[in-house]
Amino acid sequence: MTAIVTIRIQEADFDIAGEISALTKGRADIGAVVSFSGICRGSEHGESIAALTLEHYPEMAEAEIMRHAETAISRWPLNGLTVIHRVGRIQPGENIVLVLTASQHRQAAFAAAEFLMDYLKANAPFWKREESARGESWVEARHHDDMAAARWTKS
Amino acid sequence: MKVKYFAWVRERVGKAEETVDPPANVRTVDDLIGWLTQRGESYAYAFEKPRVIRAAIDHAHVKPDATISGAREIAFFPPMTGG
Repeated sequence: MTAIVTIRIQEADFDIAGEISALTKGRADIGAVVSFSGICRGSEHGESIAALTLEHYPEMAEAEIMRHAETAISRWPLNGLTVIHRVGRIQPGENIVLVLTASQHRQAAFAAAEFLMDYLKANAPFWKREESARGESWVEARHHDDMAAARWTKS
Repeated sequence: MKVKYFAWVRERVGKAEETVDPPANVRTVDDLIGWLTQRGESYAYAFEKPRVIRAAIDHAHVKPDATISGAREIAFFPPMTGG
């Protein structure tokens, strides 16, 4: 099975419905699409946030997402997947990341989407800087994101 | 070799990238951190907690004991917070 892979890193917002259509258009072999979108929250630990600015390591981010896409394709019977990650300044309510996975049946699509997000959070070279009333600060990595990624390597 | 810095490592070092030519006894990522730390206060500040710093060689994650021989580009950055 050939899986169609789309990976983009961009400043602009993305259209989720349009991306799903692009993934499934003209294909009768796809029976399930799972869509995950990560959205900028307006508050963190009870403190309001004005915006996030995402920095990234361009060449490595592309390579790292592609490595994870290839792993997902080798582990689950996928017909296609899309990963879009935004960079630059993002305000509360705006999209940050999109993961779409397409398969014949839902189980593979759900599992692969969760795997991709867990790996992206722990391994893709992006860093968030937060603007709040106290000024600007780098968001600290969460231990549970590393644990979430690590659980896929057990079993 | 080219060295790149990202996020607060970049801010503390005070530059996004530079070309360095470490001596032959600097063999691993850990050695390179130690050598960079000797170059000035800004580096010492950036690498004050070396165990927190993540590294990549030629766009792939590596451990502190990875050899830097043959590397074209080495990057140092904090734990990732994307997604």
